[in-house]
Amino acid sequence: MKLITIAGPPSAGKTSVILRAAEHLSAKNRKIGILKFDALATADHLLYQKAGLPVQYGLSGGLCPDHYFISNIETGFLWGVQQQFDYLISESAGLCNRCSPYITGFLAISVVDSLSGAHTPKKTGPMLKFADIVVITKSDIVSQAEREVFAFHVRLANPIAMILFVNGITGQGAFGLSKCIEQAPESIAISGETMRFTMPSSLCTYCTGETSIGEQFCRGNLRKMRIAE
Amino acid sequence: MKKAIEDLPLQKFISMHPYILGYFAPLVKQFLSKTITLGEWIRSLTDDDFEEVGMDRGQTVNYLQFLIRYFEERGKRTSVKTITVIGGTNKFGEPENVVFHVSAGEIICIVGPTGSGKSQLLADIECIADGDTPTGRKVLLNGQAADTTLRFSTENKLVAQISQNMNFVIDMTVWEFLTMHAQSRMVAQPSETVENMMVCANDLVGEKFSPDMPVTRLSGGQSRALMIADTALLSDSPVILIDEIENAGVDRQKALSLLMKEEKIVFMSTHDPLLAFLGSRRLVIQNGGIAKIIEASAKERDNLSRLQNMDVFMMQLRTRLRRGDSIDEKLYFSL
Ligand SMILES: Nc1nc2c(ncn2[C@@H]2O[C@H](COP(=O)(O)OP(=O)(O)O)[C@@H](O)[C@H]2O)c(=O)[nH]1
Ligand SMILES: [Mg+2]
Ligand SMILES: [Zn+2]
Repeated sequence: MKLITIAGPPSAGKTSVILRAAEHLSAKNRKIGILKFDALATADHLLYQKAGLPVQYGLSGGLCPDHYFISNIETGFLWGVQQQFDYLISESAGLCNRCSPYITGFLAISVVDSLSGAHTPKKTGPMLKFADIVVITKSDIVSQAEREVFAFHVRLANPIAMILFVNGITGQGAFGLSKCIEQAPESIAISGETMRFTMPSSLCTYCTGETSIGEQFCRGNLRKMRIAE
Repeated sequence: MKKAIEDLPLQKFISMHPYILGYFAPLVKQFLSKTITLGEWIRSLTDDDFEEVGMDRGQTVNYLQFLIRYFEERGKRTSVKTITVIGGTNKFGEPENVVFHVSAGEIICIVGPTGSGKSQLLADIECIADGDTPTGRKVLLNGQAADTTLRFSTENKLVAQISQNMNFVIDMTVWEFLTMHAQSRMVAQPSETVENMMVCANDLVGEKFSPDMPVTRLSGGQSRALMIADTALLSDSPVILIDEIENAGVDRQKALSLLMKEEKIVFMSTHDPLLAFLGSRRLVIQNGGIAKIIEASAKERDNLSRLQNMDVFMMQLRTRLRRGDSIDEKLYFSL
């Protein structure tokens, strides 16, 4: 089975892009399963079901979604193996700019929205910088020149990724993406593999339920902002 | 090679590759002294500094070398002298039985009802189809099939698109935006190119605009003119797909001759007779297939000049309206 991890900010077009690429893979009689990870709520599983794709989803609730992702990916992977999928695609919403769900040796795809502005790529962390493929969506809405300027900034943020434009609605570009997904590495197990980038360090009093504001309540791994003169 | 860039003074390195600052942007608060070398600067940062911004210290020099080589490669224009389209099948599975060649500087028009398959033809050209799209068409460049990286990679794009959507969302002036675009294209003298684009764009448009206008405030016609000038003068894509050039506010004929002068291969989907007669050939699309190819005849060319007169007539009226004139004389126009 090939596991493909896909991450990107909310509403970037992840679900749409996965659906459009899956159409090309399904046309070749490939079996595709979806794992969807989100924080508080998701309706994406309905879209996948409607497209005839088997899907499992999990909500992290009070936990960081990427911590939740990494502690559940093995379970998801085993489900995929048991279902005999050719491709298992995980969709996770990148909610902070510090986390990424990518695993060494597995195809990692970042989805970014061309409307998010030329300065966004350099502000996006490992979710963009450690991906193998960066998919740029919604470029139908902006001019060719703005698309190119946006892609240039993506290139600077991630020098080695393959950059693809995919229209999540019409599917333009999804054929190329499906070709790349076909090239993803094959794997039989995930236990023992490692993440591409560390999770943010945590554990302050607020991680464990503190809600009060004030010096005396802050303990643990803290960092203070400096006010410029 | 690896040694070489690390030993360069930071200041010199940045002046040689100014766009590289974009790569360092997250670390930029750490630019303390520019008298040190690139290598010294990288060593002066802690692992935490890198980790903080999601970057990998070990890869920095490799990535920089990769970027430099990458952008050098991009500076080279891909030259496409001809495109060949080998027909596939229409939506009933009937063979199209066509093969045609298009040369640089030529305009091919695509006509047919909405939903007939014009967009699929443009999409086949865009992905340089290799018998693997729903139509089974093949597209050859200079007589040969393209390799996969050329087909799917965004940045080697052979095909630029001028679509109906000419919106801008970026918060910049026209000058800043064009400069940024020229820099991303590794243009040696960005200000000269930008100057040229401004002149060309203003030459195409009824209502002139200045370089310090925010791009988001341009009218539809001004945006279109700007993008046509940009595509003609800056884009290194040899092939241009146009999805109808709207009449409003843009001198379409001038726009097309600008693209032809730059030796582009233009495919244009249009139902405007003036534009359709400008092309050397028309592809008629029906039921998802190319049903026939019409060569522009001498008679059609003759009609073109009449239509041009009509276009000038309309344009003059538009200019007068904009000026605030009353147009109360009885209008006469004869072909
Ligand atoms: N115009 C346009 N809209 C898109 C494109 N891709 C996705 N969308 C729309 O953007 C919205 C969010 O897409 P979705 O796939 O749910 O994003 P996700 O939250 O990242 O999974 C939906 O309304 C999509 O229809 C695109 O390429 N162009
Ligand atoms: Mg989604
Ligand atoms: Zn997080």
